[in-house]
Amino acid sequence: MSRRARLALFGLAAAGLAALLLWSITGLPKFGDYHGAYGKILNKAAPKERQTSNVVAAVVFDYRGFDTMGEEFILFGAVMGVAMLLRAPREDEAPVPVDSVRSDAVRAFGVSFSGATLVLGLWIVAHGYVTPGGGFQGGVILAAAFLLVWLAGSYRPYRQLTPVPIVDFAEGTGAGAYVVIGLSALLVGDAFLHNLLPYGVAGKLASGGSIPLLNWASGLEVTAAFVLLFNEFLSERAIMIEPKRRPS
Amino acid sequence: MSYLPFVLAAWIFIVGIFGIVRSRHYIHLVVCLSLTQSSTYVLLLSIGYVKHGGAPIFKDVPQGTRAVDPVVQALTLTDIVVSVTVAALVLALAIQAKKNAKTMNPDELRPVRG
Repeated sequence: MSRRARLALFGLAAAGLAALLLWSITGLPKFGDYHGAYGKILNKAAPKERQTSNVVAAVVFDYRGFDTMGEEFILFGAVMGVAMLLRAPREDEAPVPVDSVRSDAVRAFGVSFSGATLVLGLWIVAHGYVTPGGGFQGGVILAAAFLLVWLAGSYRPYRQLTPVPIVDFAEGTGAGAYVVIGLSALLVGDAFLHNLLPYGVAGKLASGGSIPLLNWASGLEVTAAFVLLFNEFLSERAIMIEPKRRPS
Repeated sequence: MSYLPFVLAAWIFIVGIFGIVRSRHYIHLVVCLSLTQSSTYVLLLSIGYVKHGGAPIFKDVPQGTRAVDPVVQALTLTDIVVSVTVAALVLALAIQAKKNAKTMNPDELRPVRG
């Protein structure tokens, strides 16, 4: 199909879709006038019932904990897919490109910020169920700290910092720990992923029962998954720029 | 005004698909796909908004304070994770397309023969 015909077809379809969407929007409750029951019940119940001040974290790691396990394995599966697509055709000993950073300003920025970003990420994960944050959000920040090492140093120190066996192991451990925590509830005779630890006091680090454990498991999984993704894409980049630079 | 956030979500969705349809480069296509998916964040979050409601986090605010819906916020988190994984997979496929077919233009890829 030619581009012109495709765009014409899209214009027609988009106009129809827009009309349908606008029609359906007029049937929605007005903005700010939401009457969903579950949210209201959870906002009332979660701080008392689970001693968790961050209700979103309580939903993610407790009330919808089973869905979050699925979500973790979506991430796990996708990262495995990327690794399988990109690793197989590559040789085991990937060439190491010469891409050392020449700018002092970039080096200084990266060195000072990778440590700070690491601490920020740990803090976001650790307090995820007390204040805004959580394993997923903090995990991405932690992975960004590793990426800053690549930005400020070069490919070589980045790969030394993130050896493939350790990253793979951490990724598997994070995903597996979530399931193990869920299964341990079965051992005591409760339902899968039932919150079985003492709830503590809302607003403190020791609160929420199993929620902190699941939170750290997903933090580890997300960090490892993103570092693994960065590894794969940076190795591809290494192959693409390597032939030009290596002295023959 | 009271429907504006929903209209915005519909607008982002259609603009994103428009970008995908006229895309000539896989990286551009991934960006458009992520944009399309971000319309669902806007929709979910604006559906769960309660007028004058705060964040559903009851640290330093008394319990029972008016707060927005936490369920759609948790769904948005799931949504973002799925969006990122899809982007990573499409980017990996783009690298393979570049290697095998020497093109990043979806139009120039021949149909797969198997």
